[in-house]
Amino acid sequence: MLEIQDLHVAYGESEVIKGLNLSLKKNEIIAVMGRNGMGKTTLMKSLIGMIPSKSGSVKLEEKELFGMQSHERVKAGLGYVPQGRMIFSTMTVQENIETGLTSTKETEVPEDLYNLFPVLREMRKRRGGNLSGGQQQQLAIARALASNPDVLLLDEPTEGIQPSIIKEMAHTLKEIRDSRGLSIIVSEQVLSFALDVADRIIVIEKGKIIHDQPRNEVDEEKVSSFLSV
Amino acid sequence: MFADYTWAELGSIFAMQGFSGLILFSVLLLMALGLAIIFGQMGVINMAHGEFMILGAYITYLTSNLFSTYIPELFGAYFFIAIIFAFIGTFLLGALVEWSLIRHLYKRPLDTLLATWGLSLILQQLYRTVFGPREVGVTLPDWMMGSFQVSEMIEVPVNGMIVMVITLFITVGVFLFLQKSRKGKQSRAVVQNRAMAGAVGIDTARVDRFTFALGCGIAGIAGATFTMIGSTGPTSGQLYIVDTFLVVVFGGAASLLGTIASAFSISQAQSIMEFFLSGSMAKVLTLLTVIVILMLRPQGLFSLKVRR
Repeated sequence: MLEIQDLHVAYGESEVIKGLNLSLKKNEIIAVMGRNGMGKTTLMKSLIGMIPSKSGSVKLEEKELFGMQSHERVKAGLGYVPQGRMIFSTMTVQENIETGLTSTKETEVPEDLYNLFPVLREMRKRRGGNLSGGQQQQLAIARALASNPDVLLLDEPTEGIQPSIIKEMAHTLKEIRDSRGLSIIVSEQVLSFALDVADRIIVIEKGKIIHDQPRNEVDEEKVSSFLSV
Repeated sequence: MFADYTWAELGSIFAMQGFSGLILFSVLLLMALGLAIIFGQMGVINMAHGEFMILGAYITYLTSNLFSTYIPELFGAYFFIAIIFAFIGTFLLGALVEWSLIRHLYKRPLDTLLATWGLSLILQQLYRTVFGPREVGVTLPDWMMGSFQVSEMIEVPVNGMIVMVITLFITVGVFLFLQKSRKGKQSRAVVQNRAMAGAVGIDTARVDRFTFALGCGIAGIAGATFTMIGSTGPTSGQLYIVDTFLVVVFGGAASLLGTIASAFSISQAQSIMEFFLSGSMAKVLTLLTVIVILMLRPQGLFSLKVRR
């Protein structure tokens, strides 16, 4: 599905992602874990094209994405839910989701998105900025799903969300994966959430993968030792 | 200062000055609508906005000459064609300027001030070279001249009514476009968060070019209506640029309703005070009032209340 080969990303002289290789299978959920500043967000942003990559290759279903602009990558089949959600706060919930329809031919928000997040249907006339954190997170996911992606990128979706909703979110993500047949890369610091949601857990440190295991073989203590400061 | 007039006279003065204030309001509002998009939303300090307006005025002048020379029988209708030409001409120049200049400066908003100021000087000189330093005026078709006699002392000019009707249509049109259309929603998303808008699939470069060009196009329409109330010279735009910025800042960035309210209050205050005081004194008083209000309400008259 998604093949990342020898990806290098740098801010000026300082290289943050140093030759990363990762392959994501269809219907697979990978949790990318790591401490702050180890390159999780940089990886996500470079995959969606918000920051340019220096070298390497990112292929989605054999299609090379390297060098493409963000909107071209969305058209090719990537969906992105940023850290901090970044919804368009002065636009209504419905308008926010509609922006995600740009790369499709649709003009109406599909009903199944509202069925997935009923609270958004209730609030569709409210301004995005007036929603609670958890609701905004749902909105950001709905907005990304509106473009019918094959691969969904989620950057720390649990940040600032209360624990009961985190549990629910893991459930929703799996449901989305099963019903839409997509693959997900989620970056995460909360181990319990990663264990709930992922099929594979990888740990990156200083821009490289140092640990990569399927969910059922994961050694929890080892992973948490990577995450502790 | 009111002592020299009777009550009836005062009433008529207020009505007439109020009406001429409405015409000023119309031109100012059209100018400010374009700038509210370019400055209020995109954050580009467009010092050349006045020159875009003047381009619209010159295009109207050319169209009227064209009509009177080649198809004089249709002269009565030239103005409506001229508005369309003015919009298209300034829209295209706006797109060109965005592509060659502005798009490199989105991350450095203050530099747009210098760059567009330079552009405004270049355009002024260009107009001077092409059209000459003297002001030009258009001849209005007969049906646009004259005035309605409302009462013995109150007269309402026809061209003023036309200007106001056009302004009404454009304002409603722009509002509906930004709020309801697909393209309008995309441009609101882009001005709010350019990087994120790209990451949901919007071609931000194209939307930016379109949004900027649209703002310029509206300035062009302002220029076309301007020809009905004043004559056009290479530097006429300079007279309006400060007022226009004042309107946008006073109204509150990113709020169309605020822009309308502030254009209205500034033009009315200006026009009514001008009759009793000198023009520059009126301006001083308007500016002072605006400054005091902005000190109390830095966000402008209207602002959206949301968590950012």
